[in-house]
Amino acid sequence: MTKKAKKEVIVVGGGLAGLSCAMKLAEQGLYVTLISVTKVKRSHSVCAQGGINAAMNLKGENDSPYIHAYETIKGGDFLADQPPVVEMCLAAPGIIRMMDRFGCPFNRTLEGNLDFRGFGGTLYRRTAFCGASTGQQLLYALDEQVRRYETKGLVVKYENHEFMRLVIDEMGVARGIVMMDHYNMKLQVLRADSVVIASGGPGLIFKKSTNSTFCTGAANGRLYRQGMEYANGEFIQIHPTAIPAEDKLRLISESARAEGGRLWVYGDASKSIDTPDGRTISCGKTGEPWFFLEDIYPDFGNLVPRDIASREVLRVCERGLGIDGQMQVFLDVSHLSKQTQHKLDAVLDIYQKFTGEDPRKVPMKIFPAVHYSMGGAWVDWPAANDSDRFTRYRQMTSIPGCFNIGESDFQYHGANRLGANSLLSCIFAGLVSGLEVPRYLDDLGVRNENLPSYLFVEALAQEEAFKQDLLAREGKENVHRLHDELSEWMVAHVTVKRNNKDLEQTLDKISELQERYEKISLDDRGQRLNQTYIFAAQFGPMLDLAAVITKGALLRNEFRGAHYKAEFPERDDVNFLKTTIARYNKETRMPHISYRPVDLRHLKPVKRVYTKFKKAIPEFENMPENIALPL
Amino acid sequence: MTKYILKIYRGIPEKQYWEEFELTLRPFLNINSALLEIQKNPVNHKGQRVAPVAWENGCLEEVCGSCSMLVNSRPRQACTALVQEILDETKKNVIILAPLSKFPLVRDLVVDRTSMFESLKRVRAWIDADDALDRGFGPKISPQEQEVRYLLSTCMTCGCCSESCPQVSDRSDFIGPAPISQARLFNAHPVGALQEETRVRPLLEKGGIASCGNAQNCAKVCPKKIPLTESIAVMGRKATKQALKDLISLPDVK
Repeated sequence: MTKKAKKEVIVVGGGLAGLSCAMKLAEQGLYVTLISVTKVKRSHSVCAQGGINAAMNLKGENDSPYIHAYETIKGGDFLADQPPVVEMCLAAPGIIRMMDRFGCPFNRTLEGNLDFRGFGGTLYRRTAFCGASTGQQLLYALDEQVRRYETKGLVVKYENHEFMRLVIDEMGVARGIVMMDHYNMKLQVLRADSVVIASGGPGLIFKKSTNSTFCTGAANGRLYRQGMEYANGEFIQIHPTAIPAEDKLRLISESARAEGGRLWVYGDASKSIDTPDGRTISCGKTGEPWFFLEDIYPDFGNLVPRDIASREVLRVCERGLGIDGQMQVFLDVSHLSKQTQHKLDAVLDIYQKFTGEDPRKVPMKIFPAVHYSMGGAWVDWPAANDSDRFTRYRQMTSIPGCFNIGESDFQYHGANRLGANSLLSCIFAGLVSGLEVPRYLDDLGVRNENLPSYLFVEALAQEEAFKQDLLAREGKENVHRLHDELSEWMVAHVTVKRNNKDLEQTLDKISELQERYEKISLDDRGQRLNQTYIFAAQFGPMLDLAAVITKGALLRNEFRGAHYKAEFPERDDVNFLKTTIARYNKETRMPHISYRPVDLRHLKPVKRVYTKFKKAIPEFENMPENIALPL
Repeated sequence: MTKYILKIYRGIPEKQYWEEFELTLRPFLNINSALLEIQKNPVNHKGQRVAPVAWENGCLEEVCGSCSMLVNSRPRQACTALVQEILDETKKNVIILAPLSKFPLVRDLVVDRTSMFESLKRVRAWIDADDALDRGFGPKISPQEQEVRYLLSTCMTCGCCSESCPQVSDRSDFIGPAPISQARLFNAHPVGALQEETRVRPLLEKGGIASCGNAQNCAKVCPKKIPLTESIAVMGRKATKQALKDLISLPDVK
C-alpha cells in the first residue's frame, strides 16, 4: 500500500463553523464526514438575527479592521487572546465578500451595494445583515456550498447522528469517534485522522435560554470528561432583550436597538440611581417614559454592550420600576418608520406570534436571558510571527488531532461578546481549521489505518456499556425534573449577578444532582428514536459543564465583562487577567481549575468605559507583517 | 384550571394508534410546551404511564423547520401553534396531532424528510462559486431584487408545502413546491442565472413542473408566506421556453 492515503476528516456539527470548515476541507480535496444531531440546515446558527460584523468602511465613517479589533478586545474586557481577534477582524471584509459571492441575500443600498447597520458596543455601522434573520441566510448559503461538495462525493453527511465519544490512541491522539444513530439508537465507530468539533454552545444547561434545543453542550462535556481542557467557562453572556416564556426565551435582536429601538420603564422621580461616571440621577419623571440607558450612558445609550445592558435592566427592575411590577422592561420600536420596522420584520413577527401583540404598535415586554457562552474548548493559536507557528496548529484543542471551532471554542470574545461578532467568529474559525487540519494531516506520522483495531473496538464497547448501564438504571429520579432543578439553580445564581455563597451552594447542588443522576430511570427503554435516552445521556456531561461554569465563577473574585460579583466590584488585572482552564477530575467529578496568561501582545489593557465615546484609531504594537488570512 | 386533550396519532410504521393526554391550559402555551409536559410526565388520559411522545424540535421560533406536524389536520410548526388560539377557533377542547403523512414515519410525530434535501440537489439549489476565497464582491443587486430573493430564501425545508399538496403522494414522483421555488431563487441571482438551464431542465423531467395540479394549497400553508404558486408559475414559463430552446440543437448564446 504505497498509494497515497485518502485524507479523511470528521466534522461534528453543521452550523456556520462546521459547514465553513467542511467546505474549506472539501475544496482542497479532503474527504469530510459531517455528523449532526439534526439536518444541518436546522442548526442553531439560524437563530442569529441581527448581522455579521466587518469593518468595510462603506459608510464614510473611517472605520477600519483595527478599530473593530480594538472594540472587540475592549468589549471582551481584555480577556481574549489578541492575535486571533486581530486576524479575525482583518479577515472579516473578505468573508463578507465571499458570502456575497455565494448569493447570501444581504440587504442593499439603492446603488446595489451591501448595506450596513450599527450594533452594540460600537458607534460605527459595520454590521452586514439579511433582514433580521442573518444567521439563517448565512447558514443556508454555506449549506448550499457544502451540498455541492456532497454531490461531488467529497462530503458525506450523517444527520440525526450524535457524537458520543472521541477515540484516543495510546499516544493521546484523536483517531475517530463513536456516534449514535438517533433513529435506531445503534452505536458505530468511525475512524479519521482528525476530528473537528463544531457543536455549538451549552445554553440548555440553564434550560431557559435563547438557544435551540440542540445546544446542550454535551459534545464538549464528553470531550472534557475525556481530558480536553475547557477555558473561561464562567463567561456566559446574558442577552438583555428576550421574550419571557415557558419553553424558550425568544431573542429580540440587538438590531432592534441598532435601528432606533429604545428601552424604557415608567419613571419615578422619588427614586435615584448612580451612574458609572459618578453621577446620581433621578429615575426619570414620575409617570413618564424613562429611557434609562440613554440617561445612564449618554454616548452609547441603548447600544452599550450586552452585559452592561442586562445589568442595568436588572438594576432598574430591582428598584421596583419593572413594567406591571414584574421583572420586565419595554423595548420600544413603535415610533420607528414603517421602512425601518420592515427591516426588523423577522423578529417583530416572532414577538407577535408568541404574545399576540403587535410590536409595531405597542412596546415589547422583555427581560434578559442566557444567550451565549464565551467560554468553550481551549484551543491553540500560534501567531503569524511566532517561531513555532508551523509546529503548532491553530484551533487545536489540548487533545492532538482534535480541533474545536465556533461557539464551542473559547477564542475571540474574552469576557463578553459584541453583537454580530459570533457569526463572524464561527465562519472565520471554520476557515482557519479548514487550512490547519490538512497541514496537521501532512505532518502526521502514523495514520489510523495502521493502528490496531482494538482501540476502536474498545471505544465502542465502552460506549455500549454506558448505554446498557443507563438503560438499566432503576432509580426513582426523573432526568427532566433534575434538569428543572439544575436550571433553577443556574439561572438564579450563575447569570447576571453572582456571589460566592450562592456559587458554593450551587456547586454542592450540582454534586447532589450528579449523585441523583445515578439513580434515574427512563420512561422509555426502546431502541427507536428514544429521546428520553438521548437526553439522559447528554445530561451527565451537561452537569459536568455546569460545575465548570460555576466553579470558574466562584474562583474568579473580580468583575469582568459578563462576570459580575457585587463583593468584588472592580476588574482585577493583577490577579485575574488570565484564562481559566478547567480539567476534569474523575474521582471528584469536579473540575480542577488552573490559569494561563492572556496573549496581550498588541494592546495594553485600558479601563472599559462606555460613558464617553472617543473616535480614535488605536495603536497596535508588535503586529506581524506576515499574517496570512484564511481566504 | 381548564383542561384540554391532546389526541396524538403515534407509534411506528405499521403500528400506529391514537393516544390521548389530558393537560392543563396556561396562557400562551404552545404545542411544543404541551409535548414537553408529556415528556416530563408521560401519563395518558387513562392514567397509564406510557413512553413519552417523540417529536422534532429545534429553534422554537419558526426559523429552523424542525417541528412540522399536522395540528388538527393542518401542516404547521408546533412551536407557533398556540393552544388557546386553536381551542378558541375550533370551540372544542381537543387538539389532534399527527405526523406528516407524505414522508416515511420514524416514530410518533417524527418523519424522515431527507427527500426534501435530496430534491435540492436535483435542482442544483446553489450558486456555482469557483472557490471559497476573497475574489471581491458578488454582483450588484437592487434592494427590490434582494427583497424577493430574501423572501424565497427563508424556506426552512420544513415540508408543510409538500404535505398539503395533493400531487405529492406514494403514487406520484412530483418533486414538490419547495425545490421549484429554490430553483427560482437561484435563477433570480445574476450569477445563478448563468447556470439557469441546469435548474430548469430537471423540472422538465418526470415528476417536474408538469406534475403540479395547481391546487394552491402550498402557498396557503407555508409558515414563511413564500409565494410558492407564483414561483411555480415563473418556473413553468421558463420550462416551456427551455423545452422549445432544446428543440434547436445549438445552445442559445445571448
